[in-house]
This record gives sequence, structure tokens and C-alpha cells, in this order.
Amino acid sequence: MRVNFTVNGRPQEADDVWEGESLLYVLRERMGLPGSKNACEQGECGSCTVRLDGVPVCSCLVAAGQVEGRDVVTVEGLAEFAKQRDEHGHGGACGTGGGCGSKGGVSLDEAKRWQSKPGDSQTGEGVELSNIQQAFIDAGAVQCGFCTPGLLVQADALLEENSSPSDQDIREALSGNLCRCTGYEKILDAVRLAAARQSEAV
Amino acid sequence: MAQNTRTVPAGTPTNVTQKHTKGGIGESTLRPDGTLKVTGEFAYSSDMWHEDMLWGQTLRSTVAHAEIVSIDISEALAMPGVYSVLTYDDLPAEMKNYGLEIQDTPVLAHGRVRHHGEPVALVAADHPETARRAAAKIKIEYKELPLVTDEASALAPGAPLIHEGRDDHHIGHVPHPNIVHRQPIIRGNVEEARKRADVIVEGEYTFGMQDQAFLGPESGLAVPSEDGGVELYVATQWLHSDLGQIAPVLGLPPEKVRMTLSGVGGAFGGREDISMQIHACLLALATNKPVKIVYNRFESFFGHVHRHPAKLYYEHGATKDGKLTHMKCKIVLDGGAYASASPAVVGNASSLSVGPYVLEDVDIEAIALYTNNPPCGAMRGFGAVQACFAYEAQMDKLAAKLGMDPVEFRQLNAMEMGTVMPTGQVVDAPAPVAELLRRVKARPLPPERQWETAGENADVRALPGGLSNTTHGESVVRGVGYAVGIKNVGFSEGFDDYSTARVRLEVINGEPVAMVHTAMAEVGQGGITVHAQIARTELGVTQVTIHPADTQVGSAGSTSASRQTYMTGGAVKNTCEAVREALLEIGRRKNGSYHPAWATAELLLEGGKVVTDGGEVLADIAEILEDEAIDLELEYRHHPTVPFDLVTGQGNGHVQYTFAAHRAVVEVDTELGLVKVVELATAQDVGKALNMLSVVGQIQGGTTQGLGVAIMEEIIVDPKTAKVRNPSFTDYLIPTILDTPTIPVDVLELADPKAPYGLRGMGEAPTLSSTPAVIAAIRQATGLDINKTPIRPEMLTGTL
Ligand code: FES
Ligand code: FES
Repeated sequence: MRVNFTVNGRPQEADDVWEGESLLYVLRERMGLPGSKNACEQGECGSCTVRLDGVPVCSCLVAAGQVEGRDVVTVEGLAEFAKQRDEHGHGGACGTGGGCGSKGGVSLDEAKRWQSKPGDSQTGEGVELSNIQQAFIDAGAVQCGFCTPGLLVQADALLEENSSPSDQDIREALSGNLCRCTGYEKILDAVRLAAARQSEAV
Repeated sequence: MAQNTRTVPAGTPTNVTQKHTKGGIGESTLRPDGTLKVTGEFAYSSDMWHEDMLWGQTLRSTVAHAEIVSIDISEALAMPGVYSVLTYDDLPAEMKNYGLEIQDTPVLAHGRVRHHGEPVALVAADHPETARRAAAKIKIEYKELPLVTDEASALAPGAPLIHEGRDDHHIGHVPHPNIVHRQPIIRGNVEEARKRADVIVEGEYTFGMQDQAFLGPESGLAVPSEDGGVELYVATQWLHSDLGQIAPVLGLPPEKVRMTLSGVGGAFGGREDISMQIHACLLALATNKPVKIVYNRFESFFGHVHRHPAKLYYEHGATKDGKLTHMKCKIVLDGGAYASASPAVVGNASSLSVGPYVLEDVDIEAIALYTNNPPCGAMRGFGAVQACFAYEAQMDKLAAKLGMDPVEFRQLNAMEMGTVMPTGQVVDAPAPVAELLRRVKARPLPPERQWETAGENADVRALPGGLSNTTHGESVVRGVGYAVGIKNVGFSEGFDDYSTARVRLEVINGEPVAMVHTAMAEVGQGGITVHAQIARTELGVTQVTIHPADTQVGSAGSTSASRQTYMTGGAVKNTCEAVREALLEIGRRKNGSYHPAWATAELLLEGGKVVTDGGEVLADIAEILEDEAIDLELEYRHHPTVPFDLVTGQGNGHVQYTFAAHRAVVEVDTELGLVKVVELATAQDVGKALNMLSVVGQIQGGTTQGLGVAIMEEIIVDPKTAKVRNPSFTDYLIPTILDTPTIPVDVLELADPKAPYGLRGMGEAPTLSSTPAVIAAIRQATGLDINKTPIRPEMLTGTL
């Protein structure tokens, strides 16, 4: 089957998709966007979390066919997504075109012009990061980093809704994301740091 | 090169403004791969992709012990999209087994399977689902054999032998062929010492099978090369060890197997053994196409070895004034069907079985069994973890029997520098065991039972049961527990444990730049961060590039045993020192005549310049080097160790020791059997923190894995069938952010004079004592005698 949807603001078309393929598989193996991670493919670890029409979901549990006509943001588009949100000042669930344009997202035209920013692919130098991405680096919340993309998408969604979450709020929001390396303390630090920076910026 | 012709460095030496080069050791510099990891661009092994690639799939045995009567691949092979199906008969070389120490693990089962999930056949197809369906079409007829599942069945008269006709070097000294290795340690005279004991306690402890549960699945890509060899991009802990096992079974010389490390999503020991490496290469060579294999989580539980489950029998004595008199123990580790790292785990379990205590009279025995259970091998803490759980429970029992405070009792018996280990080895570096305990104890306790003080405002999410809102505190009791542990650093028992580093210094765009090339596996621990810090410190340059890890440079040894900062860090340091010497030599040659300091002063490299120890600038590194490059590759070794004597266990077997202590505060809902760890305070000596941010991160991560084994983690193997019952993240639980408390960390830095910068390997120690501390706290809260990991609700509610 063919699936049409928007990924990080760009209209995409996937052909020959087998009915059982997950959104995660389509993103990773067909769209060349391996940022969303495959750790359990069972909805248990949150490593594959993306925003689907603004709602954080485990992309391993979403059948590819379900995203027809919908709007997906992955970790690869997170910085741009956050930037658009800041610029357009909407707390909306959706920063891109697709079905959300009327709610203050970017126009389809803008979306089509979106492309990933060039940067040093070895070190990532010169790459523009969102607040939460920078905070994860600064707080030392990244070790192996396999859980990181999912946590970033989830944490960004939390901060969008709740700009000054309590520790228990953070724990509740991130309870579906496993991390085997860090012991979570530095992940908490990172979310607190991002929240503090966000409130400073306002 | 001719004497230089350029202008002399500025006549008057100036003082350096910046004493230390920014980003050197001791600073919390950020990960060089951080940006890539937060943008999703970092290429993990499961992200590898190649034009025209195929997907590989492994077919695994559905039974634990059986003879393979027949394999029929015809239906699988006939499926559209299937390119190749391989079985044992297709293996290309004489050598058909691999293994870390003993080559007893078949690449594909031949004639017999010895554990549930053993690889039997391989498929390559154009879609992963096609490969899976094809594998399911392979018909295998098994004839089941009697099972060996524990010590009794392994050593019973007439027990089936897991490996008939063993010819490894341990067979000569083990009492039964179903014992992989046995290490006794006898010192002093236990019978005599027992007479001095006023109290004696005995205990029997059971440690469950833990899984590393790294998040990044076993995966990689094999690409056939034109010379008939293969390129392999894979997540591993030790490239050269893999290479040494892969090449012989492929029938290729090692230089035709070129390995590059791809992004590793955690390891914790679970990537020390081969998983999909050989299978992917075989399929790539058979199809002449690139082949990618990615395990799903289910397969991952079969694809790597686990932590040895153990039974531990201990007896300790103490005098009434609280001095330990003697210790006797027997540790039985279940190694499962293949040897993996079992022999070394036995050495660790026995030699560290007394813990960080002074004990002169001991009688110790550790063995690892061959059984039909899943193979066990390396996992963070490596044999020391199981022992720590038992000896710390014993310490609490003794203290209770003597009416002493458990921390004071431990402090009274704590080892220190100069203590003689049961192996006869003298502890020759600081061993601040009593101090670590003092620190965790001195920390203020977290607020008492918050639901009482906060009343209506109490956050029930913080109680046992958490988000599920199971209680408002009615049956919740609190307890506090302590533990401390000792772990060795590096590979012990005479192993030639070296590491290699190549360092290149050159001028790029007018700036001196160092390139560090090692084969070290960065598995998340932050090795690449400290390598850059070391190079900056030693070479005084700001710009350091880390070359991708591959087999084009000498071995770095394994990223395990807390050894990489010591060993490969040491190699980078040494090589940088040699590069520095070479640079200074060029400097002397070129500029030596212009300033006497070149010959007389101690010279340093800082801020891109050559400076004297008095702070005078002699030259720019860039000016000295010009278009020359200094490029050196050197090996580094720690001081030698020897094997433990096979009868007495005596010998200077270990390189270095590392210590951590924990205090756990837990709350237990005694009605529901739910546990909430409120706080898990940690103190650890790291010798020297090269990067405090990473050090604290490692300690918190290790502590959490210890917490996991205390309250939830266990691979459950059905004792009747030896089949794994819970190979998924739905059924094998690892701590979430809700299960993990705040983990305050107190870091001590007492230098070890023998180690690079005085550092102490530190990645594993926090995993040891966190488990017994949590369980001690649960015992204190509930008054129950708990001798098993993990704790299950039914053990706390009396409904077992
Ligand atoms: S991979 Fe989707 S939740 Fe784990
Ligand atoms: S799983 Fe490795 S950093 Fe979270």
C-alpha cells in the first residue's frame, strides 16, 4: 500500500508498505530517519516516541496505514518544531502543516521548505538545538543515548503543557520511557534545567 | 629536517595567561557525541543501512536439551524474497565453535542443542518479515534429552554431561565435567579461629538471574568486500576479541575481516560475547550482499549471556567485642550451557567473597556449573555482586546478634591500606571502607513519612504503588539499610591485559590538532570524552579529534571490568607523553640554541605552547611542528598479576580494588507487598575524577541496576523445562523513573599511586552494594528474613 503523511513538516510518500509495518519501521527503514529508536517494539520502553498530530505516541505501536494524511514529528525535527512553536507563540500540539495549519502551525509552504540543517556530521557542531536537547547535553543526561530521542520528544511535550513541572510531574510524564544507563537523576536535572531556561526566556 | 629557517620565537619569554588547557582532565567537559545523540543522527548499530541490503534472521531452538534429528529447509528456501538459508552443514571452516576463553559455543547447533534459544539456522531475505516467516518454515525434529538444571542434577551419578569429551585447561582440576571451573581459597585455620567466636551466623542466599537489558538491540551490518573478505559494523565491547573469534569460523585470515564499531546502545557485559556478528558475516558471504541483523527484544534475551544466578552458603563468626573471627563459604554459580566468562567469574566470586573486611581465617570455594539453563557470563560487577549480597546480609545478622549498630560493626572490621586479602595479596592503595560508610550514614535522612506531615497535600505518586494510587500510607512502613562492597579493576589472574593508542599531532589551519585513535568501544560510559580530556592535558591543545574505533589500530581490550579509563586512558596518556617528547625533541633541535630553558627546564605543553614549569613561553606548538606530523602507536600495560593457586587460592591476582557504599531508605506497603525506594545515598572512592559529571552519572546508573535486582529484575527459567518464561520488557522489569529514587552521590578522590592520574576504575562498584542495602532496608522495615533476589510482593505479604 501507499502511505502519504507529513514528517517534520515535509510531505512524504511511502510505497509498497506491507500492512503489518509499523510507523517506526517506515520512519527508520523507508524514510531514512533512524532517530526514533527500536528497543522493544512492544510499547514498553518509549524509545520510539514521536508526536502524531501533536500527541506523543510509541511509533512501534502505530500501524503505518494509520498515519495516512497525518502529521508526525520525530527527534530529527524536534529543534525546528520547538523553534516554530517559540516563534508562533502557540502552545499547540502541532507545529507543522498537515491538519493543524489553522491552529497556528506553519503554512504548508513553509513546511515544504523545511530541511534539516547542515552541520558537522562528526561532532554535530553548528547544529541548532531545542531547549530540551541542549539541557540533556548540559546536564549529562546522555550516556549511551539510545533512550534519548524518545525521552526528548516526551519531555518536550511535557514542557509544552506544563512549563514548571514538579519532580513528581516529570516522573509521571516520563514513566513510559526506560533508560538503562543513567539512573534517571540527570534526566530529571535536564528537564528541570530546560524548564528553568524556558521560564527565563519568557 | 634542516635546522629551522623561520624567525626565532619572541625574544622575551612571556607568562602564560592560561595555565591549563581548557577541557582537560578534572573538568566536566561534555560528551563529544552528545549533539549527534540528541538530534537522532548518531548511527547506532541498528541504524546501519546499505543499498540493496538483505535482512538476516536466526532460528533458535524451542527446547532446552535435545538431539537434532533432522532439519528441513526446503520450504523456507522456496519462499519468494529468500536469498539464503544456512545450517551447521554450511559452515565454511574446520573451526565451528567460538568462545571467550573456551571454544565450546557452536556458531549453529550441530547435532544437539543445549539451551532454550540456541541458534540453529539462519535466513537472509529482502524484508525482515519475510526472513522471520521463512525461519518459521524451517522444520526441525528434536529428540529431547534429560535436563541438567541445578547443582543436584548436574552432579548426580549418571548425570548427562553437557560437554562430553571436554579438553579445555580446566578439566584437569574440576571434580566433575559438569563443573566449568572451581577455585578454592584457603588461608589461616578456620577450625581454630572458630573457637574464638562468641557468635556464629549461617546463611543461605539465592541470587536471581539478572539481564543487562541494554536498550540498543544486538545488531549490525556485514558487507562482503571484493577481496573475499567482509566488513562488519557492529556494537560490541571488544572489537579485537570478536575478530579473534570471527575470523577462524569464517575461514578467513584476520586481516580480511575489517571491523568498525557502530553506535552502541549500552552494554553492561552483555556484549562481551559474540551474538549476531558471525551470523551476519556468514549470510553476507553466502549471498554476496550486505546483510543486516537486528534482534527484537524477545531475541535479545536469548542473544546474550546473563548474570550468573547463584546459591551462596556462608558461615561467619565474631567475638563479642565485634571482631570477625572466620568465614566459610561455598558459592555455586550457574553458568548455563556454555562457558563464556564463567571461569573468570569464579575467580572473582571466590577472591572477593569476604568483602572489604579483614579476615585472616577463611575457607572458600566457588564453582560454576554447566547446565541446560541460558548461558551466563559477564555483567557489571562480575561475580562480586552475588558475593556482596550474601556477605552484607551476614554482616547485618552478626551485628544484630551482637546488638551492635550495623555500620559500626562493619567499620570495626573494615579493611584499609595494608590489609591482606584472603588470596595473600596486600592492599597497596587507599581503601577507605570505613570512611565511605561514615559518609552515607552522616547524610541527613530524607523527610519522614511525607503523607503524614503533608496530610491532604501528600503526593500519593511518591508512595509504594506510585501512580496506581494504591495507598494513602495506611500500611506503609519505612526502613533503612546499609551496605559496602569491593570490586577488582581490570582483567586479573595473569591475563595480558593491554591497551593500544595511536596519537597524531599536526597543524591544521594554523592550529595544533591531536587525533586519538583507539579500538576502545564507547558503550555510553564516556571513554571518548576522557580521551579528549587526556590529550588536551598532555599535549596542551584544545582541538582533539577522536577517530572512530576499528581494527585498523591495535587492541584496546574490553570495555568492561571498570578498566577502560585506566587502561585505554593510560594508553592515550602514555602515547601523548611520547608524542610530547617527540615534539620537544623537534623543538630542541630547532630552537634549543635560542633559550637555555630548552635544555635545563622541565617543559610543559599548555594552551598550544611550549612552556617552562616556571610559566615562560618558549614557542608555539604550531611553529615547532610546521607541516610535520608526529604519529605514534603504543601499547600500555598495568603491573603484572598472577593466576590464583588452584589449591590454596593464593596469588597477587588483582590489579586494583574499588569501593562503594550505599544507604537505602525504603517504604514498603505490607498489605500489597509493594516497595518504594525513597533514597539511595552513595559514596564511592574514584581515586581521581577525570570527569565528575560522567563519574556521577556512572554511579547513579550502576546504583539503579543494583536496585533493579533487589526489587524486580529476574529472568525466570522454568525449572521443569529450562525454558525462559519472560523474554520481553513486559515481563522482565527494569526500573523506570518512578521506581528510581533520588541518588545523592559523594565522591572521594584518594589517589592510587600506581594508576594513571591516581584514578580508580569505577563503573561497576556502585552495582554491588546497592542491592544488599535495599534489601537490608526492606528487612528492617518489615522484620522479615529475606535471603533472595529479587524480592517479590508475595515474599512481603506472607502469601508465598
Ligand atoms: S520501541 Fe516502541 S516502545 Fe519500545
Ligand atoms: S539507555 Fe543508555 S542513556 Fe538511557
